[in-house]
Amino acid sequence: MTESNDENFRSFRVRPYLLTGGRTRSAVDLPLEALVRTTESGHAALGTQSRERHQIISLCASPQSVAEISAHLKIHLQVARVLVGDLVQEGHVATHVAKHETASARPDLRLLEQVLDGLHSL
Amino acid sequence: MNASATPIPVKIVVAGGFAVGKSTFVGSISDIDPLTTEAAMTKQSEEVDDLGDATGKKSTTVAMDFGRVALSQELVLYLFGTPGQDRFHFMWDELVRGAIGAVVLVDTGRLEHCFPAIDYMERAGVPFVVAVNAFDGVLRHHPEDVREALDISPEIPVLVTDARHRAAVRDTLVGLVRHAMTMAASTA
Repeated sequence: MTESNDENFRSFRVRPYLLTGGRTRSAVDLPLEALVRTTESGHAALGTQSRERHQIISLCASPQSVAEISAHLKIHLQVARVLVGDLVQEGHVATHVAKHETASARPDLRLLEQVLDGLHSL
Repeated sequence: MNASATPIPVKIVVAGGFAVGKSTFVGSISDIDPLTTEAAMTKQSEEVDDLGDATGKKSTTVAMDFGRVALSQELVLYLFGTPGQDRFHFMWDELVRGAIGAVVLVDTGRLEHCFPAIDYMERAGVPFVVAVNAFDGVLRHHPEDVREALDISPEIPVLVTDARHRAAVRDTLVGLVRHAMTMAASTA
């Protein structure tokens, strides 16, 4: 792992939050792994969106994590988060995260057992 | 939209020093070619920074490689490789939130490079295993010697892995999940 020197990102380094109107915080709590999926409303609204919003709505026809959206669109993670947060609030995408009792809580035993079963089946 | 068609995401953090094999480890088991996401953190500088901009803010940018493994129809596992240096700890707080736990990869030739990751996971109470990466299948130090050298508590598993091999990576993840289950059971 290194500090990135990826040319694709470099152009965004100067003004990463231009796409969000300067906003750096999402109104919705979105962990890196939160899965985002396009809703019916999102599909219907596809034709009227800005480029990045259009890309997110198209990409998430099959569920993608916030991290994947950031990687595929080559935008900073926080920028992806703000854009996805907007789309969630507008009902164009829905998110799915594991339910933990508190933000810092770990997955419970039942979920861990499912993970273990899944790993064994690989 | 059919809500049941969206799987539940879970994540595991892969930590360790520079060039210890984190990206290889992730790539060996990921269903997709590992992707890179980049995060920027702007921190208010406490001192005058001649090279900074007029607002006195400094920006740190960090890239993370990650992979994705479908565990079942209902469950998808994300593996996030993290930079090992102390100055990237701002990302670790976010990464470990809600995570199953962490695999701290160790190269026995450069043991000290994993100290920051181990210190962090211990302090944050994150379930973790230490995985000694046997490059070229050669294990240069016995796991118990590594445990002693790193002063790791007896309850923390020290495993041997090979970041290039899917089965070895899977077994390491199984070891972590089992350890997380033990910890979850003891605090339930």
